[in-house]
Amino acid sequence: MNRHISEQYDAELDSARALLLEMGGLVEQQLQQACQALYNHDIDLADRVRVGDATINQHEVDIDNLCTQIIARRQPAATDLRTLISIMKASTDLERVGDEADRIAKMARKVANLEQPADRYGDIRDMAASVHSMLSEALDAFARLNAESAVRVIDADEAVDDAYDEIVKEKGSEMKSSPETIEQSLTILWVARALERCGDHAKNLSEYVVYLVKGTDVRHADAAAAVSDS
Amino acid sequence: MTDENNPSAGTGTEPVSHEVPEHEESREPAPTSLLVDRLCLFYGEQQALTDIDMRIPQKEVTAFIGPSGCGKSTLLRCFNRMNDLIDGVSVTGHVHLDGYDIFAPEVDVAQLRRRVGMVFQRPNPFPKSIYENVAYGLRIQGAPPKAEMDEIVEWALRSAALWDEVKDRLKESALGLSGGQQQRLVIARAVAVKPSVLLLDEPASALDPISTLKIEELIHQLKSEYTIVIVTHNMQQAARVSDNTAFLYLGELIEFGRTQQVFTNPKEQQTEDYITGRYG
Repeated sequence: MNRHISEQYDAELDSARALLLEMGGLVEQQLQQACQALYNHDIDLADRVRVGDATINQHEVDIDNLCTQIIARRQPAATDLRTLISIMKASTDLERVGDEADRIAKMARKVANLEQPADRYGDIRDMAASVHSMLSEALDAFARLNAESAVRVIDADEAVDDAYDEIVKEKGSEMKSSPETIEQSLTILWVARALERCGDHAKNLSEYVVYLVKGTDVRHADAAAAVSDS
Repeated sequence: MTDENNPSAGTGTEPVSHEVPEHEESREPAPTSLLVDRLCLFYGEQQALTDIDMRIPQKEVTAFIGPSGCGKSTLLRCFNRMNDLIDGVSVTGHVHLDGYDIFAPEVDVAQLRRRVGMVFQRPNPFPKSIYENVAYGLRIQGAPPKAEMDEIVEWALRSAALWDEVKDRLKESALGLSGGQQQRLVIARAVAVKPSVLLLDEPASALDPISTLKIEELIHQLKSEYTIVIVTHNMQQAARVSDNTAFLYLGELIEFGRTQQVFTNPKEQQTEDYITGRYG
């Protein structure tokens, strides 16, 4: 991409991009730590995640402010316009992932206080690993403007949805057979639900990347076909 | 589009289509007003336009954008043969207005210019009354009776959104109007002879922002009756007022598409660089 005649404009767009990627890094870390707090029954870590959410929220506000300023002053068009729209939408999704991390941290605290035999969280760990890699790849695709990689993330969401359905089924029958596990199972279900939502947000981020790079809106459509057509 | 119903046509090697893309909302494309066919124009030895092909739809606003010297005003001036007035200009190719070749030898240029009205960057009212400015074109065609003339003048001034501001001072000199009012008066003068096309060459670049918005609003109203072609240096103005945008560079038509597409997702890198303010 060629540079703008106005260097200041380049600097403004660069700082919006940088702020979004910084937010993405923080959100990834929050989600990782929330899951670690769950697996290890680490109440301190869960509390740190809960406090950390405020920083994520502040990033969302800062990004909105910065993008609003740029739009008002520069009347962006074409790639610049798509960049700003994508950044603003992406920051909303990242903020939601932050909220889900907060929710997982809350559940981690709850599980740690239950007097139940330790769960190894096998299914949750697998699902969380998939969601983490979707999120990192989506952010990476954003940074590198890589639409092909974004399409892989969009496709990966289906497996996460399947994993969620599997956990719901399994926990359902567990709760039927041993009612004493209901509280713990419900908590795990909340975590699975949060992770499933994070997968959806990573998918949204990737859809914005495709829009940014290709100018095509692939929401609610076959992303791979839209990318290869244009 | 033209003949590309064939899904395998998208090889990326065919020339850029200069057809206005179909409307996103799948209604019929507007009928053609001006059809430009392999148009080349030379100022002496120097080529100013190269093989321009384009179809300008009726009753829509088409904007020409591009850096200074790209040929956009030259192209605009072909449509009413204003370039005939410049020594050493030669033209090849064709421009059809509603199906008729405007370069054909039998064409009456005065008649053509009544059908294709033009408004310039600097308002150029005649040093006459407001009324006479609007009536002028009709008088040289053979004036209608006074009552009818009064009606047409009022209608033209209303069309140009100027009537309410001048109705009590029609006999005063047009030169006493503000720049923005003068520009709308000139548009009223152009509209009075009921043209089919209005060519606007930087119509708002000498005006303040409020007068500019009035002209833009007027353009929006006029397009229900006229085909409008506007040359502008102000890209946001092109984005605001036009249905179609043509980007010209060094005398060539680089991209021509629906404005909505050109300003959000241009197909050509040169267009992208120009509208986003980048070094090409």
